[in-house]
Amino acid sequence: MWQIDEDALESISIGAGILGTGGGGNPYIGMLRARELVREHGPVNVLDLDELPDDSRVICVGGMGAPTVGVEKVRGTESYRAVRAIEKHTGERATALISGEIGGSNSLEPVIPASLARLPVVDGDGMGRAFPELQMTTFFIYGLPPTPSAVCDEKGNTAIIEDAVSATWVERMARAVTIVMGCAPVFAFAPMTAADVRRTAIPGTLSLARSLGEAVRRAQREKGNPIDAILATVPGRVLFHGKIVDVERRTTEGFARGRVTIEGTGDDAGAQLVVDFQNENLVAQRGGALIATVPDLICIVDAERGEPITTELLRYGFRVSVLGFPAPPLLRTPEALAVVGPEAFGYQAVYAPLER
Amino acid sequence: MSDTGTRAVGLEEDAKALRVGVDVGGTNTDAVLMAGRRVLRKAKTATTPDVTTGIVRALEGVLAEGGGQPAQAEIQAVMLGTTHFMNALLEGRGLARTAVVRLCGPATRLLPPFCDWPEALRAAVGGHSYLLPGGHEFDGREITGFDDDAVREAARDALANGVEAVALCGVFSPVNPAHESQAAELIRQESPDVSLSLSSEIGRVGLLERENAAALNAALSRIAARAVDAIRGALADMGLDVPVFFSQNDGTLMDAEYAARYPVLAMSSGPTNSMRGAAFLAGIEDAVVVDVGGTSTDVGILVQGFPRAASTAVKLAEVRTNFRMPDLISIALGGGSIVRREPLELGPSSVGARITEEAIVFGGSTLTATDLAVAAERAEIGEPARARTLDAELVERGLAEVRRRVEQAVDRVKLSADPLPLVLVGGGSVLVADRLAGASEVLRPEHAEVANAIGAAIAQVGGEVEKVYSLERVGRLEALAAAKQEALRQATEAGAQPDGVEVVEVEEVPLTYLPGNATRIRVKAVGELGGHRLT
Repeated sequence: MWQIDEDALESISIGAGILGTGGGGNPYIGMLRARELVREHGPVNVLDLDELPDDSRVICVGGMGAPTVGVEKVRGTESYRAVRAIEKHTGERATALISGEIGGSNSLEPVIPASLARLPVVDGDGMGRAFPELQMTTFFIYGLPPTPSAVCDEKGNTAIIEDAVSATWVERMARAVTIVMGCAPVFAFAPMTAADVRRTAIPGTLSLARSLGEAVRRAQREKGNPIDAILATVPGRVLFHGKIVDVERRTTEGFARGRVTIEGTGDDAGAQLVVDFQNENLVAQRGGALIATVPDLICIVDAERGEPITTELLRYGFRVSVLGFPAPPLLRTPEALAVVGPEAFGYQAVYAPLER
Repeated sequence: MSDTGTRAVGLEEDAKALRVGVDVGGTNTDAVLMAGRRVLRKAKTATTPDVTTGIVRALEGVLAEGGGQPAQAEIQAVMLGTTHFMNALLEGRGLARTAVVRLCGPATRLLPPFCDWPEALRAAVGGHSYLLPGGHEFDGREITGFDDDAVREAARDALANGVEAVALCGVFSPVNPAHESQAAELIRQESPDVSLSLSSEIGRVGLLERENAAALNAALSRIAARAVDAIRGALADMGLDVPVFFSQNDGTLMDAEYAARYPVLAMSSGPTNSMRGAAFLAGIEDAVVVDVGGTSTDVGILVQGFPRAASTAVKLAEVRTNFRMPDLISIALGGGSIVRREPLELGPSSVGARITEEAIVFGGSTLTATDLAVAAERAEIGEPARARTLDAELVERGLAEVRRRVEQAVDRVKLSADPLPLVLVGGGSVLVADRLAGASEVLRPEHAEVANAIGAAIAQVGGEVEKVYSLERVGRLEALAAAKQEALRQATEAGAQPDGVEVVEVEEVPLTYLPGNATRIRVKAVGELGGHRLT
């Protein structure tokens, strides 16, 4: 067990940004919200999957809606109400909370209800990175029921989705409610058992985000190389070093799609890397050849500071390092690839695992 | 869109009516006297602690120097660029006791006003806040209804606590500012003296950053009002009975009353004026501007005559804001940068203003970047013979390093790989070669040392709109047309001549994860100052 204190919050928010693979929203507001509560109620305990008591009831929470709205109508303690709503509906008390998505702003959402309810959070999540939709969490890919689920806004409104034929339908219905609620609600799902969580959650991702953030902060402080620091923390490799020479964007069906072209420098001089994104970075091609695809993590970071660059901030002239991290094993199975593999995002490509 | 000359094309080549531009920098206060596009006189004086004295001296420099004083009637306006309010924030002195009234209903309460401020600054302004009913959704619906009584009660409580300035911030006020205006009206009824800052007039979407900007503005309101009065008084004492304008961060003007109310809008006008002045002098609208000072070099990019704005959060006195500041890359390299031999290193330390004593060409013993430029016969400064003894290889390697770093910065600010004209300004510009990678040509315009004051003198009047539209409901072209109309109206209201106003910037940012094609549209329009046009 370890604890999330103010310092850990700062590190997690940087690490979660890197694991956001270009999307997932800016963790800054989430960090501030959690910090308010940690300052008031003290640090929050974090449990490994192994440390979860067998009779645990674990509730997954996260924010829904548009990141642009989330920075204006900043969320409060709605996720605490969402947890209580699920408890009321199921008659079961939560004993721990877990994030649905470690990448970006949702990484710290469970810390808010955990602080208020004096519950621990689980060191893990349902994506190991960021993805755009609910059905892309490993909990649902591996068959846990997504209902009942609760969607709560800041006004005191709660919608319960009693039943749905699939996680995709929960996503659709929740999204309709999200818009009525003004695009910054939170959700919570039916409690999971300890066995459920051990079987389906991506383990250790909160610690990973913290270590990544610590490594970057230490490198910045000691004027070291943050890229080396990142790679010493997470197994992965540099896919490319270079300079952004073109960014092309378009928006379809509410998703920010686009493509960034990077011209190689140093060892990669003379080569080009093209990364396609749809909120998150999905596919990287070097000279037309696929070198990394979703669900493996493709992270674009500032070459000097090691800080993540989200897809909306990509711009000509940035010196970047493109890092590739193998996706956790739970995202590489046939069941997972059917939902989060390259084909699920409309690519003809067959998933070729990125090796270390 | 015009493709000739700079955006100041409205100015005539030469004109009888005169304009004065003044820039108050950290070290120098510069002034220029312009007739149309022509620079008649220029002056450089030291900035004084009270600011006003330096302004008066600079003005005397351009108005009294040589050929006698021009007839007062011929001077149409004085344009001032000043960043001096920044010091008040950094020192935390003279700040008004400030309250924030946030109109939010049940939303956003977990993160109260001032929540991420440095403790000392928060204490210096008092840090009172009120979270009241109101605010809007992204699509303009009310979060909760506005509550007159709650606002009145808050106003009375604030006044009882000695609050002198109030910042008003409604959730999504850039989309719908109605609640902020209503609250302002009610507070004014409670106390006509309290200074009011409306966040919707200052910042963009991003609640905390916009609210912070409004609160900083409120805190500066007393100082700003005094400074504006002092400057106007000083001009009156000089017999200059002319309108005074202040240049804003985005390169457009505001009148003195507005500047007294919204000082934060002037806080980063310095770099903007310098870049706009450079473009004007070189006669180009799209260019890279390299401003080489004594200690550092700023590299920025002009798009249609205006500096491109940074997209990331800008911190003022350690407070996050979301102003549109020019997107500059600063490198620690200037004319006074100290050169170390083995291994070769230039900067970041600099002899700064002591260059005239410490540099080799001035008989000193410190090797500076300027000495290298003189040794390479790029400039005649001090006693050039002293630099001739420098090792040729060292000079070559040092200047190659200057070139490499400037080229890298130039490349980073550019939007595409296409070469652009590059305008060099600033006292240290002799360091930079006439050919640079990424530059189609390198221009060194005359009067470049007072580019910032010229930037102030040629500033125009603007209007800016930012709203979220559901393009499924209104259609993209209709939404764009509505936003443009609003921006043009605002520019005209701000004093631009209606016939000359044009849209100079349109930005569309689709909001992800939202169906209905919700898109944030921002439009900026500018025009020549009406009634003061130099004809």
